[in-house]
Amino acid sequence: MDLKTENMEGVAVLFVREDRLDANNSEELKTELRRLFDSGTKDLVIDLKEIHFIDSSGLGVLVSGYKNASILHGSLKLSNLQSQVKSMFELTRLQRVFDIFTSVDDALQSYR
Amino acid sequence: MKNDIDIDIRVPSHTRYLRMIGRIGEEVARETDCPEGIRETLPSLLAIVLTEGVVNAIKHAHSADSEEDLHVRINVSKKDLVVRIYDNGIGFDLDAVPNHSLNSNGLEEKGRGIFIIRSLMDTVKYIRSNNTNVLEMRKSLA
Repeated sequence: MDLKTENMEGVAVLFVREDRLDANNSEELKTELRRLFDSGTKDLVIDLKEIHFIDSSGLGVLVSGYKNASILHGSLKLSNLQSQVKSMFELTRLQRVFDIFTSVDDALQSYR
Repeated sequence: MKNDIDIDIRVPSHTRYLRMIGRIGEEVARETDCPEGIRETLPSLLAIVLTEGVVNAIKHAHSADSEEDLHVRINVSKKDLVVRIYDNGIGFDLDAVPNHSLNSNGLEEKGRGIFIIRSLMDTVKYIRSNNTNVLEMRKSLA
């Protein structure tokens, strides 16, 4: 899985550079999230700009990350949801759980 | 559309084929002659219900070391869309799957797949038999 993490203004920004987040690759994202939290990351933005398809496994990994961030008194926010991804968040009502931003900049702004 | 589209897919039981199965579903949906309100959303709807149904079969219905192929059948008529996913495993109880997003704070990591299928399709059945189980998902196109 093609993932890239950058530290921006003290916040870890994880770019998921895949077009799908599904049962075939979501465990790799889960492993990376675990690694980030284990290495001290508390505040995290996951940028989903390139994801055009997400399934329940992908959603489950994001929920898992959200819960882990909360346990650490940190936060996990999302940016750049494409239309199919947005629809899935609405269908499962997860848009009420996550802080969702239209861009990484907007997400970072929320930490300032 | 003069005739039904009836597609039979058999692939090894592995998540690496999800993309391919989803794409086949999208293409079938694009060839479907259905009312305007449904036409725009049908490709992504079919891709997601196929994905959720296939993952369900891989994870819960097939045994972990299964060498059985996945068998998926998509049938589109003027009247409706029917997706059937067959498995030879021990199966599961569809009625025992909780109505995920209604009974919870939304933070469960599992159980969302069947909720998604139920939300997008009109009827969902899991028919168990001695030899082959089938998850049948139906949506009216009228």
